[in-house]
Amino acid sequence: MSIILNKNSKLVVQGLTGSAGSFHAQQCLDYGSKIVAGVTPGRGGGQHLGVPMFNTVADARAKTGADASLIFVPAPGAADAVLEAIDAGIDTIICITEGIPVLDMARVKKTIVSLRGRRTIRLIGPNCPGVITPEECKAGIMPAYIHKKGSVGVVSRSGTLTYEAVWQLTQEGLGQSTVVGIGGDPIIGTTHAEVLELFEKDPETEAVVMIGEIGGRGEEDAARFFKERMTKPVFAFIAGQSAPPGRRMGHAGAIIEGGSGTYAAKAAALREAGMTVVENLSQIGAAVAKSRKAVNA
Amino acid sequence: MKLLEWESKEILKARGVSVPPSGGVIETVGRLNAALKKAGKGPWVIKAQVLAGGRGKAGGIKVAKTPKEAQAVAKSILGMTLSTHQTAGQGIKVDSVLIEGAAKIEKEYYFSVVLDRQSASPVVVASGQGGMEIETLAEEKPEAILRVPVDVDAGLPAYAARRLAFAMGVPADKVGEFARMARALCRIFIDYDLSLLEINPLALTSKGLAALDAKIVADDNALFRHPDLAKLVDHESSALEKAAKKAGISYVGLDGNIGCMVNGAGLAMATMDTIGLAGGTPANFLDVGGSADEERVTKAFTIILKDPKVQAVLVNIFGGIVKCDVIAGGILAALKRVKMRVPLVVRLQGTNVDKGNELLARSGVKLIQADDLWGAAQKAVAAAKGAA
Repeated sequence: MSIILNKNSKLVVQGLTGSAGSFHAQQCLDYGSKIVAGVTPGRGGGQHLGVPMFNTVADARAKTGADASLIFVPAPGAADAVLEAIDAGIDTIICITEGIPVLDMARVKKTIVSLRGRRTIRLIGPNCPGVITPEECKAGIMPAYIHKKGSVGVVSRSGTLTYEAVWQLTQEGLGQSTVVGIGGDPIIGTTHAEVLELFEKDPETEAVVMIGEIGGRGEEDAARFFKERMTKPVFAFIAGQSAPPGRRMGHAGAIIEGGSGTYAAKAAALREAGMTVVENLSQIGAAVAKSRKAVNA
Repeated sequence: MKLLEWESKEILKARGVSVPPSGGVIETVGRLNAALKKAGKGPWVIKAQVLAGGRGKAGGIKVAKTPKEAQAVAKSILGMTLSTHQTAGQGIKVDSVLIEGAAKIEKEYYFSVVLDRQSASPVVVASGQGGMEIETLAEEKPEAILRVPVDVDAGLPAYAARRLAFAMGVPADKVGEFARMARALCRIFIDYDLSLLEINPLALTSKGLAALDAKIVADDNALFRHPDLAKLVDHESSALEKAAKKAGISYVGLDGNIGCMVNGAGLAMATMDTIGLAGGTPANFLDVGGSADEERVTKAFTIILKDPKVQAVLVNIFGGIVKCDVIAGGILAALKRVKMRVPLVVRLQGTNVDKGNELLARSGVKLIQADDLWGAAQKAVAAAKGAA
């Protein structure tokens, strides 16, 4: 078991023929991910990287039975690509694209909410490294070799910061069940709390590493979920304790506005809820390892 | 992207939202008389055009009753260095002032449209008690703040605007006017892809409702479809930040003395934090981006070293798809083009890390290598102390 993706997931890649799409999809194929279709309008009927191409997601799904989409479409058309995947009946959508206008994402979110009760659409991202279930399926831009199959779930708002944490876990001999990059934008498809809920239900996940950032309320909401409904231990790191208010640190979501979303407030909320907050990123792998050894002894 | 008050008001005016009679923006006192004439009869308000709240308290906004008084006021504001509670200890030099006809204020309201992350939608945040900083109001009288969701396509319905007006205590004979203005402001927010539109105060004057101040923050990611916003001058970024942006590098200047070059925004922030935990202070946030090639690394070194405060540089790269030996090659090539005037600490991790470190070690170039982030931060802090 794992969350979101497993070895049976059949991926359609939207924007497969672009340079980012081609490069990263090849890496996913090399890892063993089942990419059953590619979509680029006007390229239908051909093949790319040995994968059959379609003009629309609807065609791709009808002909191949694809059940998850991985999106590399450039920012101006990326929200539309998500809407196309939803319209074609795909429920698991992973959007890697960075720089999507935030109101475009508001429209996507409105569509997802309007379908609630009839369909459960799981959008991951945008502006994220994607999802990997080690040794089963990689749908994203993360380097494959740093991962190892195991029982620690990882959820994060950032890319290379996640790689750093995953690498430390792997070095400590701790494999991962699934690693989810939820993205660094103000509006994202899936929140920290929602991923924690998936990990809580997943029998293969025994502990979770949650990587957050300053800005927003996602970590505080996760803390509330943890306190009320979670039994598995969570180890958290929040980036941005040295960031000044009002300045945006790379990610559009990472900004302290009107005194909210500060490091101090987040760390306090997480600790109060009972999570282990690791202050020094360099020690996150060791912190999890120490605790797992204590459990298994 | 943040707009100046006068730029924001131009947009409001074009969309039918009342603003005070404007005499335009001037950069020299010599142009004052023409501006006063254009604004109409006195008294006038002279307002410093800088990107910071709290201008009034800091002496950046003043009323003048006579042209002579206006002369003295304009002279005192132009060229002054404004420090407000929002400038974080650093003053901003005032290059221009906006001249407006002063309004006779009967009542002040607060009105803004912001993006609410929780509901993933724009929301109106308003209050019948305007003129105050909204943060202060939120703390002292949270019940006085009203929130109304705005549909990202349809905007604010008329009934919701009216209900808001009554809740804010707008006089019954002004409710229709308020509703039209509120709906127009929501439309502007949506049409221009804004992340903030704040009117504080929105005032009831002897001539009706008017936006006496206006603050706009536009979504940088949407500038591609708003050429009229994209062509405005970026008033917020420093020269170094602008140079970085042009090179595709995300850079924010800070107060410390350890320059940082990192790939990825989250890891860049975490690297700054680690420097802090090791007892140092970062001179900047710098995300060199996904492809840390020779060109990018050279540009990043150049930008970091232009900051005279920098006493040491820490490079922290997690090679994922980009291999560490390629990055090491990029660093070595960049060092041939840039004169490194301070100690350099390099920490590589990820794909081909051994090859990368060997390349650096064999090159004979003077640099300090580190295996993990904690060690790298400690070495950088020690190096900066030694250099200072």
